[in-house]
Amino acid sequence: MRPVAVIGIGKTAFGAFADRDLRSLAVEAGEKCMRDAHVSPSQVEAFYLGNFAGPSFVGQNHLAPYIAGAMGITGVPCTRFEAACASSGSALFHAVSAVGAGLYDLALVGGVEKMTSQPTPKVTEILAGAGDMCGEGRAGATFPALFAMIARRHMYQYGTTREQMAAVAVKNHLNGSKNPQAHMRKVITLEQALAGKPIAEPLTVYDCSLISDGAAAVLIAPLERAAEFTDKAVKILGIAQTSDMVALDEKDDITTFRAVVEAAKKAYKMAGVGPRDIQFAEVHDCFTIAEIIAGEDLGFVKKGEGGAYVEQGCTALNGPRPINTSGGLKSKGHPVGATGVGQICDVVIQIRGEAGERQIERHSVGLAQNLGGSGATAVVTILGAA
Amino acid sequence: MTGTIYTETLIYAAPEQFVKDAPYQLVIVTLDEGKRLTARIAGDRVKIGDKVEQAESRDGIPFFKKI
Repeated sequence: MRPVAVIGIGKTAFGAFADRDLRSLAVEAGEKCMRDAHVSPSQVEAFYLGNFAGPSFVGQNHLAPYIAGAMGITGVPCTRFEAACASSGSALFHAVSAVGAGLYDLALVGGVEKMTSQPTPKVTEILAGAGDMCGEGRAGATFPALFAMIARRHMYQYGTTREQMAAVAVKNHLNGSKNPQAHMRKVITLEQALAGKPIAEPLTVYDCSLISDGAAAVLIAPLERAAEFTDKAVKILGIAQTSDMVALDEKDDITTFRAVVEAAKKAYKMAGVGPRDIQFAEVHDCFTIAEIIAGEDLGFVKKGEGGAYVEQGCTALNGPRPINTSGGLKSKGHPVGATGVGQICDVVIQIRGEAGERQIERHSVGLAQNLGGSGATAVVTILGAA
Repeated sequence: MTGTIYTETLIYAAPEQFVKDAPYQLVIVTLDEGKRLTARIAGDRVKIGDKVEQAESRDGIPFFKKI
């Protein structure tokens, strides 16, 4: 496979935007991205879109050509990818595979979700559809409940504490307060996080990511052509997507995401690097426990040590390996279908040195980890300065 | 049908069709035969390691209770 680079990025702010529809968000991100890469719509050879539940949230289907057409992109393959919260991570994986194989040179990869037009119980119900609706879903499981059960088991087996989970929220809110595009730019204290409204015990509202609207896009091209468009190209060193059973009760061990472990292994191998080479990461903190487990599954720490790793400040902005410098899904927001590509944008922003107040010192190799459902899809991408 | 609680949670924020039940306890039970099942709890709250038995089934949802 030939090497592939990210030659442009574009994001909307994440938040609750009553006056914005799904298409206008996706178009804004896509157009920003094409401007950033100095590419015109007529040069785009394929459009890959990640979207989880546009049909359920806003009643619109056939989303990829619907959005591409509004950006002036027609006459090329335009396809929507659905893999729950890893929808746009999956779109990126398939786009990189096609460009790497030589099928196209310029592919636009977008992600979008418009969630806030529905009341919270309805959103909860739509999100539950990423689980097994004949089993856990029928019994009344929600996504917070599935991750609450994961947290309970992790606490039971490894002694992980409520305080360690709250430390993830405190850190990510602090980082998000420095991100002008974040949904909730509010600094919180450990006491506030611990005393939050209960959602599914032991998780409070501060353990849960946000219900957001937003979109993100990246343009990818073969590395050998990147310099024709930009002097800010970032190389995709490794990328892998893997899968596991959808239902939580069909997994042997729910304190680890096997799909993440496998995707990381493959991505590290492709990149020719190991966990110790990763200077910073954007991980899928849909719930605080998920960031703790991500540290373990990606090999940053041993199994069971993910809680202490965060609590000791190792993943803070000024720590040895900053995690979620963007604020993560927790503070930046989690417009489900936009999240995977949004993470790639945030890693690219750090590598380019454009992160402003949240810019970190060592920023030449970063990783993005995108998780679908309770771990049935995982995408791990490793990016490096070109 | 009997088994052991593998993990559990108490749900406050319910999906639309279960809002009237909240808060309710959801569990994963490891059945004695080895298979796991997601179920609800009838009666007293349970914790990891508790032994439970199936109490009833309502609208296709299995309910377990502490032994």
